[in-house]
Parts: sequence; structure tokens; C-alpha cells
Amino acid sequence: MKVLVGVKRVVDYNVKVRVRADGTGVETTNVKMSMNPFDEIAVEEAIRMKEAGTADEIVAVSMGVRQCQETIRTALAMGADRGIHVMTDEELQPLAVAKLFKALVERESPGLVILGKQAIDDDSNQTGQMLAALLGWPQGTFASDIVLTGEGAEVTREVDGGLETVGLAVPAVVTTDLRLNEPRYASLPNIMKAKKKPIDQIAVDELGIDVAPRLETLKVEDPPGRAGGKRVADVEELVDKLRNEAGVI
Amino acid sequence: MASLVIAAHDGAALDPATLNAATAAAAFGGDIDVLVAGGGTAPVAGQAAKIAGVARVRHADDAAYDHLLAEAVAPLVVALAGAYSEILFPANTTGKNLAPRVAALLDVAQISDITEVVSADTFVRPIYAGNAMATVRSRDAIKVITVRGTAFAAAALDGDAAIEPVSAGEGQALSKFLRQELSKSERPELTSARVVVSGGRGMQSSENFHLVEQIADRLGAAVGASRAAVDAGYRPNDFQVGQTGKVVAPELYVAVGISGAIQHLAGMKDSKVIVAINKDEEAPMVQIADYGLVDDLFKALPALAEALDKAGIKPR
Ligand SMILES: Cc1cc2nc3c(=O)[nH]c(=O)nc-3n(C[C@H](O)[C@H](O)[C@H](O)COP(=O)(O)OP(=O)(O)OC[C@H]3O[C@@H](n4cnc5c(N)ncnc54)[C@H](O)[C@@H]3O)c2cc1C
Repeated sequence: MKVLVGVKRVVDYNVKVRVRADGTGVETTNVKMSMNPFDEIAVEEAIRMKEAGTADEIVAVSMGVRQCQETIRTALAMGADRGIHVMTDEELQPLAVAKLFKALVERESPGLVILGKQAIDDDSNQTGQMLAALLGWPQGTFASDIVLTGEGAEVTREVDGGLETVGLAVPAVVTTDLRLNEPRYASLPNIMKAKKKPIDQIAVDELGIDVAPRLETLKVEDPPGRAGGKRVADVEELVDKLRNEAGVI
Repeated sequence: MASLVIAAHDGAALDPATLNAATAAAAFGGDIDVLVAGGGTAPVAGQAAKIAGVARVRHADDAAYDHLLAEAVAPLVVALAGAYSEILFPANTTGKNLAPRVAALLDVAQISDITEVVSADTFVRPIYAGNAMATVRSRDAIKVITVRGTAFAAAALDGDAAIEPVSAGEGQALSKFLRQELSKSERPELTSARVVVSGGRGMQSSENFHLVEQIADRLGAAVGASRAAVDAGYRPNDFQVGQTGKVVAPELYVAVGISGAIQHLAGMKDSKVIVAINKDEEAPMVQIADYGLVDDLFKALPALAEALDKAGIKPR
């Protein structure tokens, strides 16, 4: 079975982002960029399937600017077999990304697509569900466990009340949650090997899909601040303040 | 035009997050309908009919929609969508699973986790773990929206809407529900609790969480956890507060042994009053807290339980 994984290039999760003074977005120049952490979990899961003999090829896909190739290289160094870079300098919103993935799925015919449940930049949590809808495939979102059975996949999902397990026909789309696995680091030899693995480059126009944004960002602002920083000396003072100053207990 | 709110429920009771979505729907000013889908859900439809401001409950009483599996329910929502200018879901795991599937089938964008309705086509939503707020305008004819519960008050339950059955063609039987393992708790539900006490990696073990629970017992609070505490198995996944867990905004949030990483703050920084109990005065949680108690939690929590008792705030 071939597995397609999505790897998005995002501002590193350790960076405290700053809103641009002109309110057009957040500052991304000279900011550390990394693979979206949920996508690392997706790559790791595909590699484990390959190690278990249930997957035979892993294709890592990234969409966007030239530097997305670095993100694909990271996936290749972890253990993906080849990459596809859908190139564009334009903003891609989740619906457009889902449509582009659909076009790639039609070319590649994977048995499973694994995406992160959300990207930590726009926090949308949409692309996997949209792709499943466009393909008419089942979806196993927020996965903390994936078991491939003879007929399909059993996916355990992190839901508000606890865990839910669904049985999916395959092919299917799965989106990863934090507890699915702990992604490995790429070893130095594997980083070297990854340099020789192929990355297909496809210009977004070649896929013949309208990727024009549907949402227009009018402005981006700082969230409301908090004063904070007051100290209490002991638990007695805390109880007193909560009762008599804040009035919350 | 009218708004459609998709009710979240567990088959027996309406999920209160639906009430916050209903309040967001009211901001559009049109009629509000609520869709309740699932077999044997008459009691849920009855509760939905009481939501203030709702014109109609559209009730798809059909086992095909049990557990609100997205593959089955999305086509139903799409079949009804033509009558609405916006379709709103609570931004809980039910809504997040379903809304994008509906949006893609309608070929429209989905707008996630809105915190404000600026106008019929313009919304505010957090990005980058809430470190920035984006104002976005949708150009699509139908707005498919998930609503951040903490940003909208719960609608009252004094309405009396009509309940009308709906049916739609066969959904797609692509997935099936197999089993669930739900956390049982006598405590208030995390996202709607008035007080939340959360523990982090500093708790060191699952057993030590009883120290957090002792405080929660006295305050009538829900218990939450950081990702580190969940990853370590101290508490199950549904306790996780944060960017990629649950978003809470209680009147009082007590963070114990939690450093205050941006991903955690994203889930609780809109709380009215924040207390940090941490031995590290440099911890970001202590910096943003309204009241920071810099102390060893293993000393502070038992002492706090005692101080609450003395103040007449006893376990309930
Ligand atoms: C993609 C992604 C998503 C994430 N999503 C979330 C999320 O939704 N929610 C979330 O919480 N995190 C999330 N995280 C993780 C986040 O970055 C932090 O790693 C996590 O919040 C840390 O948890 P913590 O504060 O419990 O642990 P730590 O950061 O290790 O902090 C422990 C704290 O306990 C204090 N402490 C230790 N012992 C004692 C003691 N005896 N007495 C008093 N204080 C003590 C320490 O001083 C320290 O401040 C996410 C990370 C990523 C990459």
C-alpha cells in the first residue's frame, strides 16, 4: 500500500509570533520555520506502517513556496521515500489544499492519506476532512491509534468525552492527534541519504485547479492583553484575595 | 436568510456547546433552525426546542446518523443547506469533524473557531495559538462556521420551537462506529465549568493528581491537565487544555505545576481570574497569572485545602 502524507512548512512551535505593525499578518521574515508538528506524527506513522510491512511506499507532499522542499527533505530524512512539491507563492487555504491533494491522489492512488489534524499557524483543522469529502472517502480524524485490518482500518479518535473507535473502509483519510506516536529524529546518515531521494516539482497551474482564496483577511491584531504578575505570599492570602478581591470563590 | 445550527449530542442529551453556537447564530438576525440527527433522539430534539430564539428544530430521527459520523451526516446537512445563509457548529470534536466535510461538499470555505460575528460575512478568529486575532471576510454564499464556545454566552432554555421531522436520502456508509471509552466524572464538564483546576508535569504522577482533585472538590471545579500531564498518562486525553485540546474560560483557572507554554495558554488565557501555583517564579504562567503563588505544590496544595476548609469552603 502506498501512503501519502502532508507536510506543511509553518512557523516553529517554539516561536512567539509577532503581529506585523501594519496589521496584515504575523512576522515571518527571519523566523524559524519547521514541519508542522502534527505532520511529523503523520510521517512517523507512515514509517511505522512501512516497518511493519503494511505500507510499501511513502510519498511526502508539501505545497507552497520554494522552501517547502526543506520540509519535504526532513520527511525524506525521517524515512519517506519520495516527495512531491506543489509550487506556488500564493496563499493556499484549506479548501484549495484539499483540492490539490485530490488531484495528487488521482495520480498516485494511495491506500491511505495521513495528514496532521491541524496546522499550528492558521489552526484551521479542516484539510483532511475536506479531502475525504472531495474523494468520497471515509475520515478518521484526531487519531491516537490506527490499526490496519484485512478489510480496512480501525481508527481510535481523541474526542471531547474520551476515545472513540471507528471502522473505516479503505482508501481513507486519517488525521493525527498528539498521542498517535512520538516522531523520531532523522539520523545524520539518513539526512545524507535523503538528499538523493527524488522530489517531483509540480507548478500549481499544472493541476488545473482554482486555488483562489475564499476568505479575505481584512486585518490581524494582537489579542487582548492581561495585566497579571501579582504575587501572593501564602495560601491564606490567596484564599483571601480570591474571596474578597476577585470575588470568585 | 436563516441560520442552521447543528446540534452536538451523545444520543441522549444536548451538548451545551450547542447553546453557545445558537447565540452566535442570533448575531446574524435571521430565523434560527437547529438540526438534531440520530436515531431515538426525541429527548435531544425536545431540549433543542427550548433553546431561546430557535424557530424550528429539524429532527432527523434515523439510526443512520447515530454517533454523528461525518460520512453519514454531512450529506444530510448538505441536503438542507440551500435554505440557509450560514451553518454553525460548535467548535468541539463533533463540529470540527463534521463542518469541513460539509463545507467541501458545498464547495465553500469553512471558518474555524470564530470568536466574534462582525457582520454577516465578517468574523474574528484566533490564529497561531491565539497569539493573533484575524478578521476574515467570506465571499461564499453559504458560511460554514465553527463557534468557539467560550466567546459566546450560552443561549437560554426558555424557548418553545416546533419540531419537524426531516429525512434525506441514504448517507454514505463508509465508516462505522465500533466502540467508545468515555471518561466518567461527577465533576462539572471542563469547557463549561465555572472553576477549573489543572495539573501539569509538576504533578509527577497520576496518584498525585488527587491533590488537584482535593482543591477541585472544594471549589466545585472541573479538572484539567497540560499536554505533558496527558502524554505522561497522569490523566486521559479529554482533560487536555490548550491550542490543540479544549478551550476553557472559567471565572477561575488554577494552574498547578504548569509552566505556561503558548500552546497551553491558548486554551485558558481568556479565563477571568488565573492563579498559578509553581515553584519557578520565572514560569510564564506565574507572569500572566492574576495571583501567583511561588511554592512547592506538594506543600501548597494540602495547605490550600486546609485554608479553604478554614474559610468554610468545604468539599461538596
Ligand atoms: C503541536 C503542539 C501542540 C501542543 N498542544 C498543547 C495543548 O493543547 N495543551 C498543552 O498544555 N500543551 C500543548 N503542547 C505542549 C506545550 O508546548 C508544553 O510542552 C506543555 O504545555 C508543557 O506542559 P507542563 O507545563 O505541564 O510541563 P512543563 O513545561 O515541564 O512545566 C512543568 C512546570 O511545573 C513546575 N513544577 C515542577 N515541579 C513542581 C513542584 N514540585 N511544585 C511547583 N511547581 C513545580 C515547573 O516549575 C514547571 O513550570 C503542544 C505542543 C505542540 C508541539
